[in-house]
Amino acid sequence: MKSAIILFPGINRECDMQRALTTVTGSAPLMVWHGESALPKVDLAVIPGGFSYGDYLRCGAIAARSPIMADIRAKAAKGLKVLGVCNGFQILTESGLLPGALLRNSELRFVCRQVKLTVENNETFFTNKLAKGQVLRCPVAHGEGNYIADEPTIRRLEENGRVVFRYAEETNPNGAISNIAGIMNEAGNVIGLMPHPENMIEPLHGATDCRPLFESLKVAA
Amino acid sequence: MKAKITITLKKGILDPQGKAIEGALGALGFSGIESVRQGKYIELELAESDHDKAQSALRAMCEKLLANTVIENYAIELA
Repeated sequence: MKSAIILFPGINRECDMQRALTTVTGSAPLMVWHGESALPKVDLAVIPGGFSYGDYLRCGAIAARSPIMADIRAKAAKGLKVLGVCNGFQILTESGLLPGALLRNSELRFVCRQVKLTVENNETFFTNKLAKGQVLRCPVAHGEGNYIADEPTIRRLEENGRVVFRYAEETNPNGAISNIAGIMNEAGNVIGLMPHPENMIEPLHGATDCRPLFESLKVAA
Repeated sequence: MKAKITITLKKGILDPQGKAIEGALGALGFSGIESVRQGKYIELELAESDHDKAQSALRAMCEKLLANTVIENYAIELA
């Protein structure tokens, strides 16, 4: 499985993601700078977490308009798999690759803690090694993860199995509508989520609950 | 030409910052506040002198970058 991690100024989780992809899939990702106009040939593009452009204007807004994102949009339309984590999820909604938006957490605080996630759809490129309904422990670290979309969009997401992850057992840290933690696009090749599964894959992380997510990528490639 | 752009959250979108301000104003003893909504204000200096061209360029800027029309409305004022 060939992957690339997209780097923007202000991104800070790229090394965690690089380590997760390398150790679990056995293949080191390419690191691609946002100013590049073409993505090298890969199966998967990953947009990691952080604070691209200092969250100026809106989280992810400026990164979403960078040269590399135009190519990612074009390639995603032809089936390129795209995964966005945290700020990466915000960038995907801002770029129009995923519907809805991520607002300020309902309690106005940055949250950095462990939550529980239910795998709502296990037939995706990122969840095929898990069981439907399986609950994973996973850390979150964000100030703007409060997912919102208009009612018809939410209905479409729910009816078509496009809610991939939901906060479980009343651990919703941000007020996201319907406890939505992660979603996918209609074609199923673009997934975004607020939590950080790349930080729950090694014993030193405290648990390895999220390792099967990265193992899923091998199957999907 | 000078342009002023005001960006506000759409009706129905929860504005926790506005709510916090509303609570703080109440705590200071200001009464009769029915609601508070917080937004953004952006000033631009444009080289364009044609009003209509400036207006349409600003609308494109708002649609493409300055506002997220999923959650925000924008208003353009040209001086």
